[in-house]
Amino acid sequence: MLPNECKGIWTIGEVRNGEINPVSYELLAWGRKLADKLEIELSSIILGNGIKEELTELFHFGADVVYAVDHAKLEHFLPDVHARIYEALVKEYKPEIIIASATTYGRTVMPILAAKLGTGLTADCTELDVDVRERILLQTRPAIGGNVMATIKTPAHRPQMSTVRPRAKKPLTIDNSRNGKIILKSYPPEFYKSKYRWISFEKDESVASPIQESDVIVAGGKGMKDGGNFKMLYDLAKKLNGAVGASRAAVDMGWIPYSHQVGLSGKTLSPRFYMAVGISGAVQHIAGMSSSEVVVAINKDPDAAIFKVSDFGIVGDALEILPVLIKKLSNEVNENG
Amino acid sequence: MKIAVLVKEVPATDKVKMDEKTGTMIRSEMESELNPLDMYAIEEAVRVKEKIGNTHVIAISMGPPQAINSIREAIPMGCDYGYLMSDKYFAGADTLATAYTLSAAIRKLGKFDLIFSGERATDGETGQVGPSVATQLGMPVVTYVSKVEKISDGIVRVCRSVEGGKETVEVELPALLSVVKEINEPRIPNLSGKIASKSKEIPLLTAKDIKVSSDKVGLSGSPTRVVKVFYPKLSRDGKILKVKNVESAVNELIKFMKERGVI
Ligand SMILES: Cc1cc2nc3c(=O)[nH]c(=O)nc-3n(C[C@H](O)[C@H](O)[C@H](O)COP(=O)(O)OP(=O)(O)OC[C@H]3O[C@@H](n4cnc5c(N)ncnc54)[C@H](O)[C@@H]3O)c2cc1C
Ligand SMILES: Nc1ncnc2c1ncn2[C@@H]1O[C@H](COP(=O)(O)O)[C@@H](O)[C@H]1O
Repeated sequence: MLPNECKGIWTIGEVRNGEINPVSYELLAWGRKLADKLEIELSSIILGNGIKEELTELFHFGADVVYAVDHAKLEHFLPDVHARIYEALVKEYKPEIIIASATTYGRTVMPILAAKLGTGLTADCTELDVDVRERILLQTRPAIGGNVMATIKTPAHRPQMSTVRPRAKKPLTIDNSRNGKIILKSYPPEFYKSKYRWISFEKDESVASPIQESDVIVAGGKGMKDGGNFKMLYDLAKKLNGAVGASRAAVDMGWIPYSHQVGLSGKTLSPRFYMAVGISGAVQHIAGMSSSEVVVAINKDPDAAIFKVSDFGIVGDALEILPVLIKKLSNEVNENG
Repeated sequence: MKIAVLVKEVPATDKVKMDEKTGTMIRSEMESELNPLDMYAIEEAVRVKEKIGNTHVIAISMGPPQAINSIREAIPMGCDYGYLMSDKYFAGADTLATAYTLSAAIRKLGKFDLIFSGERATDGETGQVGPSVATQLGMPVVTYVSKVEKISDGIVRVCRSVEGGKETVEVELPALLSVVKEINEPRIPNLSGKIASKSKEIPLLTAKDIKVSSDKVGLSGSPTRVVKVFYPKLSRDGKILKVKNVESAVNELIKFMKERGVI
C-alpha cells in the first residue's frame, strides 16, 4: 500500500483467557501521543471470543474507534486465523501505522502480517515518534544487547509496523467519559480454517506474573548462595507486587527456571523498578535490564559492575539485608492499612 | 524427512566489554560466532533426525563469505550439509528481505518437512526472520517452542513457552519452529567432527543461483531504513551506600523506594 492511501493508527489489542490484557491499554498510550500529533484517529483492534462487553474500556483508555471480531474460533491464538483477519482488516481500512506489544503474541503475529503485506516491521521499540510533515513513524530500539540504539523508519511502504516493549509505558489515566465507535466485523467460515490445533495451556505456578510484564523485578544471582534463599526474593517480590528474575549463573545452578533469566540470552526488560541482588553485573546481564527506569543493587563487592548502572546501591551481605527489608516492608504495609 | 536449520553469524557476545569512562559496551569488530541461540535449533533438528531416522538436516545461512564459519560450527553438531547465501546484493537486508532470500533458497534446495530457527539473533534481536520465512513459504510457524512432543502423520505437537505458562499446540507439516533456549542442551561436537567439517564443501549461492531479482533482496528489497544510530550511556550516577548498620541501610533503601514511587 502507498503512503497517500493510508490513514489512522491501529493498536493490536490482546485477549488472554477471555479478558482484554492490560498491554492493550499501554498500546493506546503509545498511540494516543502519535495520533494527536498527526491529528488522526486512534483505533484498537480486538479479536476474541465473548469480548463484546469489555470493549468500551478501550475508549476510556484512549481509543477513538474499536474494530472487533468476536467468534468462538478466536478463543485461542491460531496464528494463521489471526493474521488472515488482520490482513483483511488492513486491506479494507488502510491504517498508516500499526503498533503491537512485543509479547509472544505480538512477536508472532506481527512478522506474519508484515510478510503478508510486504511491509517493514521494527521489533521491540522503546521509543516512538512521528515526523509530522512527512507522516513518518520514527521507531527507536536497542540492538546488540542494548549497547546501540537505532532509529528506524519505513519511508515508502504502508502500513508502518512496530512492536513496543511491554511495560515501557503506563496506560493513560482512565477517563470514563470518553466514548467512541465500535465496528464489529464478521468473516465467512473459510477465514477460520487453520493449520493449527490448540491443545492445552498449563499455568506456570512459580510465576505470579510473567517477568516480561511486571513493573517490578527483584532479581537474584549467584550471590544468593543457594536456591532456598530465593524464597526471600519471592517474598520481597510479593510485597512489591512484582516478579522474580535471575542471572544466568543462578539459572545454571538450577535455582530457578530459565523463564526467569534476564539478559542477552534471556529476557530483555524495561520495568519501572529493577533490584539486582547478588548479581555482579556482567555485560550480558546488563543487556537485559539497563533500560529499567529505576535500578537498585545489593552486592558485597563495592567494585561490582552492577553499581555503575544503579541509581541506588547497598554494599553489603544480601542474606542479612533481605530479611530486614522484607520485615520493614511488612510493617510499612500494615501502617498504611 | 528433510529438515532445514537457519543459522546466523553474529558478533561474538563474550567479547563485549564495558567502557569504564563512557559506560557503553565495547565489542571487538573482528570476532564473530554462530548465534548462540541457533545452537538450540540445530540440536533440536539433529534430535528429530536421530529419533525418526532416514532424515537429512541442512544448515542454511545468509551472510558475508566469512559466515561460512558458522556453518562449519553447525556441521559437527550433526548437520549433513550446509549452504551459504552470499552476494553483494544481499547486503543491508532487513528482516523482510533476509526472509525473502532465505525462503527463496529453501525453495531452491528442495521440499522440506520441517524448518528450525533460533528465537532471535543476539545482534538484531528481532526474532522476526523465522515467522517471516515461514509466511513467505506459505507454511505455518510455531514460535517460542520449548519442547517437540511428537511428530506423526504429518503433524507435529509442540509446547510453547508463553507469558504465564506453557501452551501445547499441533500444527500441520511442513512447518517452521522457532525454538527457545530451554528446549535442550546442545551437544559439544567432538574433535574429529570439527576436523572433518573443515574440509566439507559448503556451496556459496548467489542471487542468480537462487533465482531472486536483485531489487527484492538486500537494502533495495528492505522496506525499513536505519536513520540514526547512537550509543546510550548506560552508567547512572547512583548513590552507593556502604553498610555499617543493616537497619539504617534498609531504612535508606525504603526511603529511596518511596521517593521513586516504588512503594
Ligand atoms: C553468550 C553469553 C550469553 C550470556 N547471557 C546471559 C544472560 O542472558 N543473563 C545473564 O545474567 N548472564 C548471561 N551470561 C553470563 C554472564 O557473563 C555472567 O556469567 C552472569 O551474569 C553472572 O551471574 P551472577 O552475577 O549471578 O554471578 P557472579 O558473576 O558470580 O556474581 C555474583 C555476585 O554476587 C556477589 N555476592 C556474593 N555473595 C553475596 C552476598 N552474600 N551478598 C551480596 N552479594 C553477594 C558477588 O560480589 C558477585 O558480584 C552470558 C554469557 C555468555 C558468554
Ligand atoms: N542471515 C540469516 N541467515 C540465516 N538465518 C537467519 C539469518 N537471520 C536470522 N536468521 C534466523 O532467524 C532467527 C531470528 O533472527 P532475528 O530475526 O534476526 O532475530 C535466527 O535465530 C536464525 O535462526
